[in-house]
Amino acid sequence: MKVAIFPPNSLILADLIERRGHEPLAIMKEIRKKVKDAEIDSPPMNITEEDPIKGLKYAAIEVPSGVRGRMSIFGPLIDAAEAAIIMDEAPFGFGCIGCARTNELSVYYLRKRGIPTLELTYPTTREETMELVNKINTFLDQLEEKNG
Amino acid sequence: MVKIAQISCGTEYSGIQKEIEKAAATFGAEIVIPETEIDYIDEAYKKFGFNCASSGIRLMIARAMSIVEGKSDADAIFIATCFRCAEGALVRNEIRRFIQDNTRLPVVTYSFTERTKADELFIRMEALSTIVARKNILAREKQEGLTLGIDSGSTTTKAVLMENNKILGTGWVPTTDVIKSAQEGTDQAMADSGYKFEDLEGIGVTGYGRITIGKHLKAELIQEELSVNSKGAVYLANRQKGEATVLDIGGMDNKVITVNDGIPDNFTMGGICAGASGRFLEITSRRLGIDVSELGPLALKGDYKKGLLNSYCIVFGIQDLVTSLAAGGKREDVAAAACHSVAEQVYEQQLQEIDVREPVIQVGGTSLIEGLVAAVSDILGGMDVIVPENSQYIGAVGSALLVSGMGNRQEKL
Repeated sequence: MKVAIFPPNSLILADLIERRGHEPLAIMKEIRKKVKDAEIDSPPMNITEEDPIKGLKYAAIEVPSGVRGRMSIFGPLIDAAEAAIIMDEAPFGFGCIGCARTNELSVYYLRKRGIPTLELTYPTTREETMELVNKINTFLDQLEEKNG
Repeated sequence: MVKIAQISCGTEYSGIQKEIEKAAATFGAEIVIPETEIDYIDEAYKKFGFNCASSGIRLMIARAMSIVEGKSDADAIFIATCFRCAEGALVRNEIRRFIQDNTRLPVVTYSFTERTKADELFIRMEALSTIVARKNILAREKQEGLTLGIDSGSTTTKAVLMENNKILGTGWVPTTDVIKSAQEGTDQAMADSGYKFEDLEGIGVTGYGRITIGKHLKAELIQEELSVNSKGAVYLANRQKGEATVLDIGGMDNKVITVNDGIPDNFTMGGICAGASGRFLEITSRRLGIDVSELGPLALKGDYKKGLLNSYCIVFGIQDLVTSLAAGGKREDVAAAACHSVAEQVYEQQLQEIDVREPVIQVGGTSLIEGLVAAVSDILGGMDVIVPENSQYIGAVGSALLVSGMGNRQEKL
């Protein structure tokens, strides 16, 4: 199943999903597609003026361009998601796209989709971490069962 | 090469990073990103003390701290956040103050949209580059020798002849052919001075036509308006130290520049609507059958609330004034309403975007319209608005001041 993650660039969440045989919907893959497009010349991520305009599908014109630019990449992933894992209060190193307003909007859209969603809080101890990984694995395995 | 440290949030996702780098490169500068380690971000953020939700903005704070604490090296700072982001706007200004309070680095701030292009950033990058590379020129507080300043504006060309910190003569001509207009302005400024063109020790040029005129006259200084007008305004208003805001409501465009010790650090330029320009007041005067110089005193006698003006548009606005007059409205109320309308639009379109600092120094031809100055002060909640003597010659005075001390042109020619 296609599983959206939040933060959308969390390598750890993407890896856990892949290990359980699902497809993580992470923005790294989308950015890679842009960066590899030889026809676009807008470093560092090849996002152009057109992307924040595409983001208008998710946020109105009065919303800052940075939010709309982020949503132009993350929004279609939310639309394509069949399940989601949301991690709250994660530190920078876990994954981060820099903008609190985009975070609020993304989480809201994920919840609104009505797809199976696992919401977690970032662990602070070893025990919590093990419990969290188990929860994620159980959630992903159940998706498999439902799917199959 | 001048190193400009970029402290920003949202430039990559707005697709404008390339434009920023292009603008800097055009003026011989390079954009650098202050380095910060992950642990340092939290440490710097806590030390700074501004609670913010966005991690991108926390990173901005850490980068600013890294500059202030000497962990990163830069010659100038460019601070930018997304237009309409409240958190970004708050932190942008606080970081600007923090850097200015703790370093001697020049700072320019900007709020961008996905439409921001390199040419909109040119004047800012040129100003930053100038401040770094020509610091000694901007440090000048007194005019010395015999110098000429020319401001080639979009509607008028101004020239000022100065000698040892005094204005000897001025010239004011409508801009037609830029070189011809500059020549006429110069002739007016030099007439009765007893000096000939060959006697000049330096020529400084600013404004839209600066490059053409500068090359033609072999000027010693060809400089954008941001640095020149800031310097000219604080010099004429005798506010060379501390903070100030320079407001220039022009015939075609408006500029608002915030300055710190005479050095510009933020700037907005508007020019979309003629209803917010000096042109609107010129047409109002014509409709009232008076010279534009009489509009200010007339407006001071009126009450803008009694003059019907429902539109900001120059066409519909004038129509409103005509209707108001036809219905028996007083001319002074109509004049006051016109001044208030221009001030209100400048406030809504530009002053709101910028961190306005007292005193406000109003310059340019429209600063001579007292009714407009009073309306600006009123709209800013009674803020102190200074109109220095010779405020209409701001760019020319700034150029004559800055070029003095750049060496004697007779020795070079």
